[in-house]
Amino acid sequence: MRPTVVAISNLHKSFGRVVVLSGLNFQVEQNEVVCIIGRSGSGKSTLLRCINFLEEPDAGEITVAGITLPAGERTREHGRALIELRKRVGMVFQTFNLFPHKTVLENLIEAPIVVRKQSRPRAIEMAEVLLAKVGLSDKRDVYPSTLSGGQAQRVAIARALAMEPQVMLFDEPTSALDPELTGEVLTVMRDLAREGMTMLVVTHELGFAREVADRVVFMDGGSFIEEGPPHECLVNPKDPRTRQFLERFISHAH
Amino acid sequence: MIAASPSQPRPATRLRLPFRTWLALWTLVWLACLVALFSGLQFAFGPVHVHTITLDVGFMRGWWLFISAGVIITLELSVISIACASVIAFLSALARISRVAPLNSFAGLYISLIRGTPLFLQFYFIYQGLAQFHIILSSFISAAAALSLNYGAYMSEVFRAGIQAVSRGQTEAASALGMTPWQTMYRIVLPQALRIVTPDIGNQFIAMQKDTALASAIALEELTGRARQAGLPRNNFFEALVIAAAWYWLLTIVFSYFQGRLEHSMAQGDR
Ligand SMILES: Nc1ncnc2c1ncn2[C@@H]1O[C@H](COP(=O)(O)OP(=O)(O)OP(=O)(O)O)[C@@H](O)[C@H]1O
Ligand SMILES: [Mg+2]
Repeated sequence: MRPTVVAISNLHKSFGRVVVLSGLNFQVEQNEVVCIIGRSGSGKSTLLRCINFLEEPDAGEITVAGITLPAGERTREHGRALIELRKRVGMVFQTFNLFPHKTVLENLIEAPIVVRKQSRPRAIEMAEVLLAKVGLSDKRDVYPSTLSGGQAQRVAIARALAMEPQVMLFDEPTSALDPELTGEVLTVMRDLAREGMTMLVVTHELGFAREVADRVVFMDGGSFIEEGPPHECLVNPKDPRTRQFLERFISHAH
Repeated sequence: MIAASPSQPRPATRLRLPFRTWLALWTLVWLACLVALFSGLQFAFGPVHVHTITLDVGFMRGWWLFISAGVIITLELSVISIACASVIAFLSALARISRVAPLNSFAGLYISLIRGTPLFLQFYFIYQGLAQFHIILSSFISAAAALSLNYGAYMSEVFRAGIQAVSRGQTEAASALGMTPWQTMYRIVLPQALRIVTPDIGNQFIAMQKDTALASAIALEELTGRARQAGLPRNNFFEALVIAAAWYWLLTIVFSYFQGRLEHSMAQGDR
C-alpha cells in the first residue's frame, strides 16, 4: 500500500450558523490524483482551505506528510508546525494571486528564499527549470500584469512547485480563464499528474477528471455523497443527486 | 445639432489652438492681472478711478532675505514632521488592524482624541500647556511633536485603507507558501500598500507645509513668524506677508510637480 500524504479526520467547519463541513474523513495516497466535484456552495473550497489552515477548522485533525495539526490550537509550537505543514502543501487559486509588485522570477524565488532559506542562486536555478517546464521561460523578467490568464495561472503553479510540496491543491484553477486558455493550464496539470505529483483538484472540467483522476469525489452539503474511480462515478453514478448534477452539468456545457 | 451647411463656411480667421494652449495663455493673463494688482498703478476707466495696491518696495528689498531665511525652518519642520507622522501613522494603522485589544483600542482613542481637537490648540498644549508642569520643550520640538501627532492620526486612516486595499488573495497566497504573518505583511502587503498611499502622503506633505505656519504662534521663527517679526513693528505687515505667501506658493508648486513625476514613474513600475 502506498503511504498516505493527506489524512483528514472528523473535520468540522461552520461560518457563523452555516454548517459547511461536519465530521468529514478523507485520505489521499501518494501519487494519487483526486478530483472533487459538486455544485456551488457544497463546501469544496472550504475543504481545500482547511487542509492548509487558510480556514481554521472548528474541530478535527489534519495530517500532511507526517505533520499532524489539531484544530483550534494557538501555541507557539503549533505556529511552527503550521509553517512546516504549509511548506509541504502547494496551493493554486482560482484568481492566481500572483504578487503584482514582483517579476515572474521574483514570484517564484520569494518563498524558497524567505521560507525555505535557500540561497538565491539555488532558488533562481530551480525557478528557471520550473518556468521552462510550464513553457514560460521568456516571461522570466516581466511583471504579472502583462501576462494572460493562462500564463498567470501557469506561473502560479510554478510558484507553488518551487516549494517542492508533497501535495498540490487546486481550487478551480481554470474557472477564471477564457475557454481558449484553459487547455494550456490543464496540460501543465496533466503533466504534473503523470510525473506522480499527489494532487487534489476542485474542478468543473469533467473531461480532465475522467482522463487524469484516480478517484473522483462528489460533494453535496459538506459531505461526500459518492466516490470512486472516474469511469464508475462519472459514467454510472449510483446516488440520484450525483446523477442529477451530472445531467444538469452536461446539458449546461452543451 | 451641427448640421453642416456647406454654403456657409466657418470664418477662417478664428484662431484654432489646442485647449492646453488656451489654458496656458489665460493663466498668463490672470497672472499678469495679479501682478498688476500690486503694481501701484492708477488709471481711469471713464468715470471709474482704479487705485492698485502700492507695495513698499524699499521695505521688501531690505527685509526679504530675513523673511526668506524662514523657509529653511519651514522645510526642516515639515520634512521632520512628515517623517515622524508617517511612522506614527504606520504603527497606529497596524494597531488598528491588529486583533490585540489593548493596542487596537489605544490607537483608536489616540486617533479620536487628536481628530477631535484643533491642531492650533494642540500646538499650545504641547508648548505652553506642558510648561505649567515644568515640561519645557523648544518651540521647534513642540511644533514638530504637534504636527507629527496630528498628521499621524489623520494619515493612520490613509495607511489602514491602503493596507486593506491589498486584496485578501495576496495574504492567502503568501500564507499558503508558508510565510509568517510578519513576512507576509512586510514583504507582500506593505510594498503594495505603500504604492497605494504614496499620492496621499504627498498630499499630506503639501498640506503640512502650510500648517507649519501655525508654529509662528508659539514663537518659532519660520516663514510666517519672521514675516510678522519684520512686518508688524514697521507697519509693513502686508508686504512681509506677500513675501511669505510667495514662498509657500512656490514650494507647493515645486512639490506638486515632483509628486506628479513620482506617481508617474511608480505607475510605470506596474507594467
Ligand atoms: N468566509 C466565509 N464566510 C461565510 N460563509 C462562507 C465563507 N466561505 C464560504 N462560506 C459559505 O460556506 C459554504 C460553502 O462554501 P464553499 O466556498 O466551500 O463552496 P464551494 O463548493 O467551493 O462553492 P463554489 O463552487 O461556488 O466555489 C457556502 O454556503 C458559502 O456561502
Ligand atoms: Mg469554491
